[in-house]
Amino acid sequence: MAVETQSQSRKEELSTPEDISDCRKDFPILSQKINNHPLVFLDNAASTQKPLSVIQKMQQMYEKEYANVHRGAYQLSAQITDEYEKARQKIADFINAPGTKNVIFTKNGSESINLVAYSWGRHFLKSGDEIIITEMEHHSNLIPWQILAQEKDVVLRVIPVLDDGTLDLETYKTLLSEKTKLVAVMHVSNVLGTVNPVTEIAALAHVTGARVLVDGAQSIPHFPVDVQAIDCDFFTFSGHKMLGPTGIGVLYGKEDILEEMPPFLGGGDMIADVWIDHATYNELPIKFEAGTPPFVEAIGLGTAVDYLNAIGMERVWAHEREITDYALFELKKIPGIRIFGPDTNRAGVISFCLGDIHPHDIATVLDQYAVAIRTGHHCAQPLMRRFGVAGTARASFYIYNTLEEVDILVNALNKTLEFFA
Amino acid sequence: MSLEDLYQEIILDHYKNPRNKGKIENPDIYRHAINPLCGDEIDISAKVENGVLTDVKFWGQGCSISQSSASLLTEALKGKTIEEAEHLIANFREMLAGHDFPDSSETDWGELEALRGVTKFPARLKCVSLAWNTAQEGIEGFRIKSQ
Repeated sequence: MAVETQSQSRKEELSTPEDISDCRKDFPILSQKINNHPLVFLDNAASTQKPLSVIQKMQQMYEKEYANVHRGAYQLSAQITDEYEKARQKIADFINAPGTKNVIFTKNGSESINLVAYSWGRHFLKSGDEIIITEMEHHSNLIPWQILAQEKDVVLRVIPVLDDGTLDLETYKTLLSEKTKLVAVMHVSNVLGTVNPVTEIAALAHVTGARVLVDGAQSIPHFPVDVQAIDCDFFTFSGHKMLGPTGIGVLYGKEDILEEMPPFLGGGDMIADVWIDHATYNELPIKFEAGTPPFVEAIGLGTAVDYLNAIGMERVWAHEREITDYALFELKKIPGIRIFGPDTNRAGVISFCLGDIHPHDIATVLDQYAVAIRTGHHCAQPLMRRFGVAGTARASFYIYNTLEEVDILVNALNKTLEFFA
Repeated sequence: MSLEDLYQEIILDHYKNPRNKGKIENPDIYRHAINPLCGDEIDISAKVENGVLTDVKFWGQGCSISQSSASLLTEALKGKTIEEAEHLIANFREMLAGHDFPDSSETDWGELEALRGVTKFPARLKCVSLAWNTAQEGIEGFRIKSQ
């Protein structure tokens, strides 16, 4: 296949970890100019750009391979169904899931978490049960539990965030009890870059018999993830933050737990046999995939996984650590900058404030230099309150970012300081 | 399009030295609003006597555009009748939508002109309009209450 050959030659080309930003040429969007400056895309924690292999694969599907999955007794439908299931296998392998029964396709990471809250939460939780979350959660791993807590009279307990941006694990241990039914925690903070010790968190939770959900939206794109080694019960992520298209997300779950859970959405495909007044349900994972799934997007995500595998996730991580270390070093030289999050063991997400210049004003100046960053509360308002800010500016890196782009960022921030001086 | 188009001197001046900043006690008009995208906050409060806005204040926190816009708004609305104020707000929104200010001799038109630069920065339109939308909602609430 053309895509695999392309990926293979890329792997041979890239000999050292530092080298992988050479992959820039695979991303058509990066070659354009904005305001007469080359685009410096530093909003990768929000969404990443797409390599040509993903774009072409999806176009090819619409041009030559398109038909609905799991339906027609004709060649096109059979072939694309096969591709859809192969994409599921690729994702199972990518996270080291035991098999494809553990991999449910959803719309995005938020839907994956909501699926667990609606199906598992409403079925198994009762009044007085407790869910432990953290103060750093993205709203997507907070609001579904708030809604559930209000509906089922369940209590939310919160692991505080320490000043250095790490979790207060000592308090976590005191929160755990036989009442704890779920610990829902993000793997990597989308604001602080903190890499949370999810394996340890899961092990402690399992002692009390609680289930563990890990929100992997900010981890899976950036370093190798082994869901069996973490031993989490659920793991959720989005495709669009890892070079894949929008509209596709994944829920990993342990098979015995998924088997016990009632369906989430009802409709076509998720059934086995239907009468007018009752029905039996399909097997995993289709039990949780009602209606025509986003199969073009799922196959596109499979192609994104091929691309990442060809580079190697260890090298992706090495590249990001290098660029993050360099960025932290250079950013700290800027007068009046306040950087949030830990100094070590952090992912390529750097949130900061610059004197009393509002993050929105920073972003507008940076935009003049075609530097795209995110500003605001980053869907983590409780965390903003924890640090006493309304919002921050945030630069986040990915495989195609370079050290030179960090220099452009730093230069643009110095210009911002001059402008508002 | 340059930064100076957006951050005109008047805007930076109103940001650094906001006019009419504070909260009016026992206001006839009061409205609080946030921009959920960025967390910016604006309070608009006003006193109304015989259909005239005798005092207008804003309180808030946020970016230079949202705060200077609020400051300019208070100066522009103070002393106007409810009807004139609504007319001005409607015209201001027209300007943000890319249309011209109508030919008019209303007070403070000149300073408000400085906010026109924002129309070249679509990402900042929500910042500039926050105070104006908040004031309009406050006035509508007042009209309903007084009927």
